Amino acid sequence: MEFTDAQIQRYSRHIILPEVGGKGQKKLLGAKVLLVGAGGLGCPVGYYLAAAGVGTIGIVDDDVVELSNLQRQIAHSTNTIGMPKVESAKRTFEALNSDVNVVAMKGRLTKDNITGIIEKYDLVIDGSDNFPTRYLVNDACVLSRKPLVSGAILRFEGQVTTLIPYEGHCYRCLFEAPPPPGLVPSCQEAGVLGVLPGVIGALEATEALKIILGQGELLKNALLIYNALSASFRKVKVPRNPKCPVCGENPTITELQDYDAGYCQMG
Amino acid sequence: MPEEVSNRMEVEQKKNLDIRGLVCPYTFVKAKLAIEDMELGGVLEIVLDYPEAVHNIPKSMQDHGQKVLKVEQTGPKEWVIVVRKEKD
Ligand SMILES: [Zn+2]
Repeated sequence: MEFTDAQIQRYSRHIILPEVGGKGQKKLLGAKVLLVGAGGLGCPVGYYLAAAGVGTIGIVDDDVVELSNLQRQIAHSTNTIGMPKVESAKRTFEALNSDVNVVAMKGRLTKDNITGIIEKYDLVIDGSDNFPTRYLVNDACVLSRKPLVSGAILRFEGQVTTLIPYEGHCYRCLFEAPPPPGLVPSCQEAGVLGVLPGVIGALEATEALKIILGQGELLKNALLIYNALSASFRKVKVPRNPKCPVCGENPTITELQDYDAGYCQMG
Repeated sequence: MPEEVSNRMEVEQKKNLDIRGLVCPYTFVKAKLAIEDMELGGVLEIVLDYPEAVHNIPKSMQDHGQKVLKVEQTGPKEWVIVVRKEKD
């Protein structure tokens, strides 16, 4: 493909970077990224990927926009309250950049549909807010050998990690199984500083762009933890676990399962 | 054979780029895109009329690992920069 004059202007600050250039920009325009969730994390991730010219962005989310989302979910607005989040986000991202095709999928990922969905994408970004989805996405990406960038936020702290299946760790190498529902604070109980998903989402988007461009060092075998109150980052090494139930030497999870969705519904 | 070598030099890729009328950073953006599409060893001749870019393009090209062969003023407000591609 040849760039149009408008694309040369739009992506000029990418093209002049030696690590990106016209070649890298074409990789971005040809890339397909799946976003799990159009909430606190999915909004900034998708926003920056759209600005960067990632050509295809798939988004899966089952919710509609509510007023209480707008303190942090920046792709939505007062005007889209009541609209499916995937539709609201699609409008925002395509308005920012018409080079981007947003595939809006209203619904939930399940053990039966996830493999068919992720196989159409080059990589997956998890911005989900619950453990059942987080573990399902992890297991599906490992079994499909699909790179996964994973982020999580709570109150004033967030974390990011990048999973390259069988090369680096996976989420279960870190935490073998989801915690029991009673021990996990629900989103409504926990609260989150509105800007925090912006920080963590921007870090997730950065990892995704590096994967597409083949540049830099990924958060492979590492977890980056950000604390907003102490204004500090910590990078923790996460070795691959040979006994990991999904990516270890003798895996016990060889097919997908759904977990109870009983985590985040109280309040 | 030395003659063979010089013959090969003759067939090196050459390309001309006219960016008169463009300002920074599009002067360098266009030049960079043109050089990305060339083979290693290819020579790009750039004609421009934006004074600032006369210094900026050679500097940026060198930073990116390319070889600047010539910078020449060819008119009251016109310059030619010749760059050889040495790095992909
Ligand atoms: Zn694992």
